[in-house]
Amino acid sequence: MSVLLAAASAALFSIGTYLVLQRKLSRIIIGLGLLSHGANLLFITAGRRGLPAIIGAGDSGEFADPLPQALMLTAIVITFGVTAFLLALAYRSWLLTDDDEVEHDISDLDILLGRGGHEDDADLLERTPEHDEDLS
Amino acid sequence: MKALVAIPVVVPLVAAGLCMLVGRSRAAQRAISLTALTASAVAAVVVLVGVDRDGTVVVDAGGWGGPFGIVLVADRLAALMLAIATITLLLVLVYAIGQPGAERNHVGFQSAYMVLSAGVALSFLTGDLFTMFVGFEMMLTASYVLMTLGGTRDQVRSGMTYVVISLVASVLFLAALALVYTATGTVNLADLSQRIPLLDPGLQRAFALLLLVVFGIKAAVFPLFFWLPDSYPTAPSPVTAIFAGLLTKVGVYALLRTQLLLFPPESRPATLLLWIAGLTMVVGVLGAVAQKDMKRILSFHIVSQIGYMVMGLALFTVAGVAAAIYFIVHQVVVKTALFLTGGLVEHAGGSSRLNRVGGMLATAPVVAVLFLVPALSLAGFPPMSGFVGKFALLDAGAGSAVWWVLAAAVVAAFLTLFSMTKIWAGVFWNPREREPGSAPAPVGRLGGPVLMVAPTAALVVLTVLLGVFAGPLYDLVTRAATGLLDPAVYRAEVLGR
Repeated sequence: MSVLLAAASAALFSIGTYLVLQRKLSRIIIGLGLLSHGANLLFITAGRRGLPAIIGAGDSGEFADPLPQALMLTAIVITFGVTAFLLALAYRSWLLTDDDEVEHDISDLDILLGRGGHEDDADLLERTPEHDEDLS
Repeated sequence: MKALVAIPVVVPLVAAGLCMLVGRSRAAQRAISLTALTASAVAAVVVLVGVDRDGTVVVDAGGWGGPFGIVLVADRLAALMLAIATITLLLVLVYAIGQPGAERNHVGFQSAYMVLSAGVALSFLTGDLFTMFVGFEMMLTASYVLMTLGGTRDQVRSGMTYVVISLVASVLFLAALALVYTATGTVNLADLSQRIPLLDPGLQRAFALLLLVVFGIKAAVFPLFFWLPDSYPTAPSPVTAIFAGLLTKVGVYALLRTQLLLFPPESRPATLLLWIAGLTMVVGVLGAVAQKDMKRILSFHIVSQIGYMVMGLALFTVAGVAAAIYFIVHQVVVKTALFLTGGLVEHAGGSSRLNRVGGMLATAPVVAVLFLVPALSLAGFPPMSGFVGKFALLDAGAGSAVWWVLAAAVVAAFLTLFSMTKIWAGVFWNPREREPGSAPAPVGRLGGPVLMVAPTAALVVLTVLLGVFAGPLYDLVTRAATGLLDPAVYRAEVLGR
């Protein structure tokens, strides 16, 4: 049972890592979801499991360890909220750029355009107003 | 005293909810959040004084004591961090209210800011690793919202990087927690500090490294800092100021807490930390030297200065850790002040690019002074706090005979001074080379609205006071460091009641 859970967790981590390294935002978000599932599963493997939760009184060996499950519920809710936020952000990015790709950052662009240091990257830093006008 | 400890966590959270309810009335929102943060700041200062006099205060949430329940532990370090953080949060909130833009245009600003405050307080106070995760998440989720509130293309681009990197770090944190719980059966810090030394040495080392990576990403140490200089400058000034002043320092705090409390001396990655410290200082400051935008220069300096704190930790001596704690306090104040001044420059000059503003020594002399004092403090001029902090760190380093890190620290300090002179020359001294992107706002004698200048001035005065009253403060951080280096004391206070 532990081997199965560990293997599932490992698979989730590896697929998640692969997806997070892609350039498409949608894949990154799915990848992050898988990564956090992997971590949750890893946590569930901890402690005694496969037994009933605490019911009435009894020897501590008769019950499953409730703590990992309680902690994971918290973690799942947090991941849920952040993923929703990330989706909204990706949607906004798609509205602004018509593209699902992660944009280059300023230093990346410098290298891409073959400029050693940016003499004046004002066009990069201050291109926002026009785009905002397009949007509205 | 116990009720006071909970105030900085609970009151801002309640205020966040209330701000949502009164979303239509900006005045009511402001009144609520100012009241909440004033209450937090007062409570935090009272707790600090009380804790320093009578010893650690432990609060059992819901009446469940450690190691099973959630405990809030206010020891000297946590109380000191909490006090300086809440004061800074309050001053930046006043600045945000005074600045046209950030806070005024967005209904959600106050709520997100309150959640951020509660998250920072919880991260400092918590006595168990999982609640620390929750505190971090509260703080980070609120920071995602604050960073991308404007919804402009640059904010979305850099916000995306920031959110993804932070989420990956959170997943790693969760995985580390899972492994630690599997190995020890507890997440309570005090309980962990007696169970981890019983584990296999290789496993201890692995946990130490895992937590180092997790908090290293949050603290932006070399080589995990690349997300920071790109994402911070795009947010509105007060938001960048509070991120720069607090968020990375919460990471450093977590690093201090976990490395010192949980791991016995033989499994601490001391040499690795020294390398990280030296490289963070030098690489960060070199990045700053290459930049031509005030906010970007300052952002690279955040990274560079983190190196000094890690250096203090890496020595694992009372002198080193005390110097690191003093340095964190100094940095919270100075970095926030510098970024707030950056906001004033942007307000009065229309841009923060060095070739698009200029001659502000004549047009806004007050802003020039407000920049000069913290800039000299950052570079380490006496009698400001930066001098005391750097001197203490170098002294502690000399005590441990780690000469090459000292050399790196001195080089980084000189380059810091160089890039501060660059800002000074570009913004305040030389004439403007090009027209700014947006028209400068008309400024009065102060160089900006009173509500923007006053909180900046308060922080500038605070950095001078930190230098002038370095004696008593240094005694306090030494006591905090002594307590931190002795896990048995912490254990007895949390578990032995």
